[in-house]
Amino acid sequence: MTTTHAPATSRVKSTRRRRPINWRKSGAWVLVAIAVAVSVLPFYWVLRTALSTNGSLATNASNLLPADFNLGAFKRVFGLQSPEEAIADGGSGAQIDFWIYLRNSVLFAAITTASAVFFSAMAAYAFARLRWRGRNVVFSLFLATMMVPPIFTALPNFLLIKNMGLLNSMLGLVLPYIFMTPFAIFFLRQFFLNMSREVEEAAKLDGASHLRIFFQIILPNAAAPLATLALLTFIGQWNEYFWPLLVGQDESVRVLTVGLGVFKSQSPQGAPDWSGLMAATLVSALPVLILFAIFGKKIVNSIGFSGIK
Amino acid sequence: MTTLTRNASPAEQVLPGTRRRRGRGDVKIALFFIAPAMIGFVLFYLVPTLRGIYLSFTEYSILGEPEWIGVANYQAIAKDPLFWNALGVTTQYVLINIVLQTALALGLALLMHRVAKSTIIRGALLLPYLMANVIAALLWFWLLDYQIGIVNFLIDSIGLPKIAFFGSAEWAIPTQALINTWRHMGYTALLIFAGLQSIPSHLYEVANLDGASPMQTFRKITLPLLRPVLALVLIVTIIGSFQVFDTVAVTTQGGPVNASRVLQFYIYQKAFTESDFGYGSALAVILFAILAIVAFIQMKFLKGNESDLD
Repeated sequence: MTTTHAPATSRVKSTRRRRPINWRKSGAWVLVAIAVAVSVLPFYWVLRTALSTNGSLATNASNLLPADFNLGAFKRVFGLQSPEEAIADGGSGAQIDFWIYLRNSVLFAAITTASAVFFSAMAAYAFARLRWRGRNVVFSLFLATMMVPPIFTALPNFLLIKNMGLLNSMLGLVLPYIFMTPFAIFFLRQFFLNMSREVEEAAKLDGASHLRIFFQIILPNAAAPLATLALLTFIGQWNEYFWPLLVGQDESVRVLTVGLGVFKSQSPQGAPDWSGLMAATLVSALPVLILFAIFGKKIVNSIGFSGIK
Repeated sequence: MTTLTRNASPAEQVLPGTRRRRGRGDVKIALFFIAPAMIGFVLFYLVPTLRGIYLSFTEYSILGEPEWIGVANYQAIAKDPLFWNALGVTTQYVLINIVLQTALALGLALLMHRVAKSTIIRGALLLPYLMANVIAALLWFWLLDYQIGIVNFLIDSIGLPKIAFFGSAEWAIPTQALINTWRHMGYTALLIFAGLQSIPSHLYEVANLDGASPMQTFRKITLPLLRPVLALVLIVTIIGSFQVFDTVAVTTQGGPVNASRVLQFYIYQKAFTESDFGYGSALAVILFAILAIVAFIQMKFLKGNESDLD
């Protein structure tokens, strides 16, 4: 630990202690800056590599700017180079098309997010706003599933999807995720519990059904937490690797994470296609980077709130 | 994805509005609202859990029917050197993560609490966490490359011997742990930072008036009040680390030899490469049991400290 320092000490206005405190402060700033650099600079190095050619990377290992600036790596990743060109540039020459993987990732993440958030909201409504026998028992069961490691259910789920004949289909890929996630139910239930009942009671007196209350009062009033939840779920699904690796090997449903793994294993042994690999990495990271640029504050603030993993 | 929240205690289910609708419940309408989630719960959580336990007592190679063989899989596992290797290697990975990640994150959180509360800095620190494991793995596979990676270039340029981060047995697991620490450090720091923010500032003022040294204040106020958050961070780190797979699968594939053949990768190989689903399921049950024990111990620890803030 670098500072063993209580924050209040800095608030004490004592001129005699000012100087050492400032020293400590600048020391702390330096350390924070290093942590930020370690977190962010690797991404620059990925970009720099993606814009270089394989041939010149070896001779310019430490050049801060792209070595021999060139878009060939991106062309290779999107299947726009002929195999001969690709091999000449240090690629494997194998057919690769990240457009398809990008489309599949978008479909996979969007379908599972929209569906899981909606159904989880319905369940959370039942757990938070309706009174029925066995509610707490059922809720505890749902909570307990958060403890089951994904690998454990993945094996039987794979068998189920296989027996249904859904291997290598988008439906098989999304099916285990579309009904709910335990976290989403827990997260939304907390919000629904804290929402005021007055409007709801008034609506009930006017004869509104539960469906109307859910759609016209609960959902609109929970727009902010719903958006946060959708964002976090989408990023989580975007990054999912294990399940798509099991059921989505086929090129037609291969998502970006799996595609990256395949691309890496195809890369020539001994002299990997580094610029191609880094271009592919960047393409895979870009959508999350864009989401983060737009909704960064929402994401950052949600961490303090719930400690989502 | 493992999910944990700070106030996940099912005990606090005091619901507002218990006053309405005496006697009659909303069973029918509740069934309607809960039906889709219930289907998902039964089909993809409950049944697979039971089926996974059942399969662990069978011999099953996907083709044909599972054949009941009692505890034979578990007996074989007890004598399987690759299993014990996997357990040892995974434990090593978990331990490095706990120490490195928690210490770095705690330090970083304290620093942020003192000087940098801006959202931009917090966002920058969180960035690695939002990336897929596969991306983090490939990124570091390049940066740490033995031949032309920038890290080895820097190591070389200050006159130290280059390190085969992925290619040597002694570095294989520490390297995986470093990648994971890089990805989680900022996230963990933000969790602890949130915990620091919730400590009432008047406590520090009182301590200050009483002439407590910074070290005393840290040990007597900050640390005890931070304990619930630290316990949460620990449980998240341990449970997540035990399930390491993605980064290993993309980079070393368990190698060199068995140096990074972690538990989940071993399960994957048994079940999907060798089509030995019974054995794979038994290994998964053991992993599940380990995580359950860890969670149980941690829960007790968490509960015992819940009152600290009151």
